[in-house]
Amino acid sequence: METLLKAEELSVHFSTKRGYVHALDGINLEIGRGETLGIVGETGSGKSTFAKAILGILPPKSRIEGRLQFHETDLTRIDTEYFRRIRGKDIALIFQDPMTRLNPLMRIEDHFVETIKAHESVSGSEARARAVAALTSMRVPESRIRNYPHEFSGGMRQRIMIALALVLKPSLLVADEPTTSLDVIVEAQILEILEDLKRISSMSLVLITHNLGIVAEVCDRVAVLYAGKLAELGSVEDIFARPIHPYTRLLLRSIISLDTKELRSIEGTPPDLVNPPSGCRFHPRCPYAQPVCAEQVPPFVEFRSGQPASCLFGKDFL
Amino acid sequence: MLEVEDLVVHYPVKTSFVQRLFSREKLSVHAVDGVSLTLRPGEILGLVGESGCGKTTVGRAILRLVEPTSGIIRFEGIDVTRAKETDMRSLRRRIQIIFQDPHASLNPAMTIGRAIGHPLKIHGLTSNDGEVRDTVLRVMREVGLTPEEQLFDKYPGDLSGGQKQRAVIARAIILKPRLIVADEPVAMLDMSIRARVLELMLDLKTKYDLTYVFITHDLATAKFLCDRIAIMYLGRIVEMGLVKRIYENPKHPYTRALLNAIPIPDPKRRAPKILPRGEVPDAVYPPAGCRFHPRCPAVLSTCGWEGRDFIDYLEERRLNPEKVRRDEEILGPLHEWWARGFQAGRKIGEQDPAQLIERVRSILIEAQPQMNQAVRDVSVRDRQVIVEFHNPDLLGPKEVEGRLVECLLY
Repeated sequence: METLLKAEELSVHFSTKRGYVHALDGINLEIGRGETLGIVGETGSGKSTFAKAILGILPPKSRIEGRLQFHETDLTRIDTEYFRRIRGKDIALIFQDPMTRLNPLMRIEDHFVETIKAHESVSGSEARARAVAALTSMRVPESRIRNYPHEFSGGMRQRIMIALALVLKPSLLVADEPTTSLDVIVEAQILEILEDLKRISSMSLVLITHNLGIVAEVCDRVAVLYAGKLAELGSVEDIFARPIHPYTRLLLRSIISLDTKELRSIEGTPPDLVNPPSGCRFHPRCPYAQPVCAEQVPPFVEFRSGQPASCLFGKDFL
Repeated sequence: MLEVEDLVVHYPVKTSFVQRLFSREKLSVHAVDGVSLTLRPGEILGLVGESGCGKTTVGRAILRLVEPTSGIIRFEGIDVTRAKETDMRSLRRRIQIIFQDPHASLNPAMTIGRAIGHPLKIHGLTSNDGEVRDTVLRVMREVGLTPEEQLFDKYPGDLSGGQKQRAVIARAIILKPRLIVADEPVAMLDMSIRARVLELMLDLKTKYDLTYVFITHDLATAKFLCDRIAIMYLGRIVEMGLVKRIYENPKHPYTRALLNAIPIPDPKRRAPKILPRGEVPDAVYPPAGCRFHPRCPAVLSTCGWEGRDFIDYLEERRLNPEKVRRDEEILGPLHEWWARGFQAGRKIGEQDPAQLIERVRSILIEAQPQMNQAVRDVSVRDRQVIVEFHNPDLLGPKEVEGRLVECLLY
C-alpha cells in the first residue's frame, strides 16, 4: 500500500509552568492511502496531540521534533502560511464538538463558500452548488442550507461538519473523537457514514478515540498510545485477538461490553507527563513488570509481522 | 422503598416579551411525561436512555432537586413532592446523589477531607472535629482513597478523575444513606478505571445495605450492574423489567435499536446494522401517539402519524435529486407547507383541486405504507390542500413476557 503519512521519531513537548510536558515521544507509524488507522489511548496519552501535529495546530509554546512526512512535505518543517494551504484542502479535521468548529453567526451555506473560496478560485454560485451536493450526500436537505448551526440537531451538525471537511476532497481526514458527544444510535449512524466514505473514496482516515468498540467496528489498523509513547501498532484483527503489549491486553480486558461477565481494570492511574516514569512508562501499573522495566526504555520492536510493540518482554506475550 | 407514580416534570421554555404578546401558547419541555416505577430495598434499578429522555430529571425529582409538575414520589412512606423543608432535611440524609462530573461536584477551595466530612456538619450529626476526622479517614479507606492521611489535606485539583469520583462517593456514603441516585458516575472516567469505581459501588452496596438508582446511557454497564432496568425515551418508560429478560429478548423496537447500535469490541463480528432514522425529536413538541413512531423500524399505521411526519417525508424526498423537480412542481416549495396536529397543508393558487389531490395521493403511495394507510383524507378546503391523518390508537404500558412494554405491537 502506498504510504500517505509517515511519522518518524515524532516528539512534541509543551512548556508549562510546571516544566516540560512530554506529550508525544518518539512515535513511528505510517498511514497508507485509503486506510483507516485508529488511535486509541486514555486521557493524556497524546492522541489529540498527534492529531494537532498533523494539522499544524499545536499550541504556541510547543516544540516538535522528528519528521512527519505527508506526500513530499515534512509537516514539522513548514511554516503557518504553507500549512494554511494544505489544511482544509489536503488534510481535513472533524472535531468532537461540531459547535466549536461551526461559526454560530454564519449560515451553513457560508461556511462552505468560505472554505471553498479560501482554497480555489471559483464563483459564488459554483461554490454554493458544491455545498448543496456535499450536504445532500450527508442527508442534510437543501431546504436547510441557509439555516444557522444552532438550528440543527447534534447528529445533523456532525454530518454538516463531515460534509464541510470533505467538500475539497482531502486525501486525509483526521477525526478526533467524532462521536463522543453523540448518543449511541446517532453515533452508529455517523460511523456508518464514515464506513461508506471509505468504500467509495481512497481517502485515508485517522480516527482518534478512547472507545475500543468503535475501533473494532471501523478501523483497519490500530495504534495504542500510552503516556505519549506508542505501546503497540497492528492490524485490528491482531490487536484484538493477539495483543502483545501488557497495556493493550489490560485495556482490552477493561472494556465493559454486553458480554462482560467480570469487571477488570488496570491498577493505578496514567502518569504525570511532566515527570514520566523511568524506563517503560507503563511499568508502575504493569502486573508483569520486572526491575529492568524501570531502567530500560523498551525499543519499538516488530514481534509479529506488522505488529510492533514497545515492551522488553514482548516475545513472552506472543 | 421508593414509589414513583405518574411523575410529570415540564420545564417552562423562556420566551421573549414579544413572543408572549403574539402567542398565548405556553411552551414547555416535556422532560418527564408520566413515569411510574417502584424500587425495592437492596436492588439496583437502571434508568437507561439517550440524552433528553428524562432519566436525569427522574433522578433529580427523587431528591426534589427539581419540582415535579404533577405526580407522587413516595420514599419509605413519605411523599417527597409534598414534604416540608424540615422533612426534606432528614430525607436528604437518607437519599444521596452522585453526579457525572466529579470535578464540578467538589468545591475547589475545600480540602478533600473537609468536603467528605461536610455533610456530617451540615446535618449537625457531630461537631467534634476529631470525631469528624476519624469518620472521614475511615470512609476514605473504605472507598480506596489511600493513603488517607496524606490525601485528607489535598485539594480536588491535586487528585485524578478516579480519585475525585471516589471522594464524591465517600461524601455520599458518610451519612449512611439508604438510597443513592448515581447519575452517570463513570461516564467521565477513563476506561481503565471505570471498572474499579463500579466495583467500589458494588462493594459499598453490600457493606452499607444500599439501594441504587443507576442513571446511564450505557447499556453494557447497565447490563452488568443492574437488577432491573427502565428504558426511557422522550420522557416515557418504553420498557421496564429484569435485566436478564430484557437483554435476552428485548421487546420494544427502541430497546432493540439501542442494543443493536452498541459497538461490539470484536472486529470479527462486524455486521451492517439496522438503525432507526434520524434523532430524538425536540421535547417541546413530542410526537403524537408513541413518541418513537417517526423513527421506529416496526411502526404501524396506528402509532401516531401526524402532519409534520408528512412534511418530514417531503423533506426526505428532496434529498433525491430526481424527485426535487417533480415535487416542486406538484407540491410547491417546502416552506409553504404547514403542519398542525394531525393535519398538514398548503395554500394553493389556481391549480385544479381534483388534480392536485390526485397528485398528493400519488406521492403518498411512494411513502412508507404505514404512513399512507394512516391518512384519513386528502382534501381541498378554502383554497388549501390538506392531508389529514387518523388519530392514533391508545397507548399504555402492557405486561409482555414478564416485563412492561409500551408499544402497540403487543
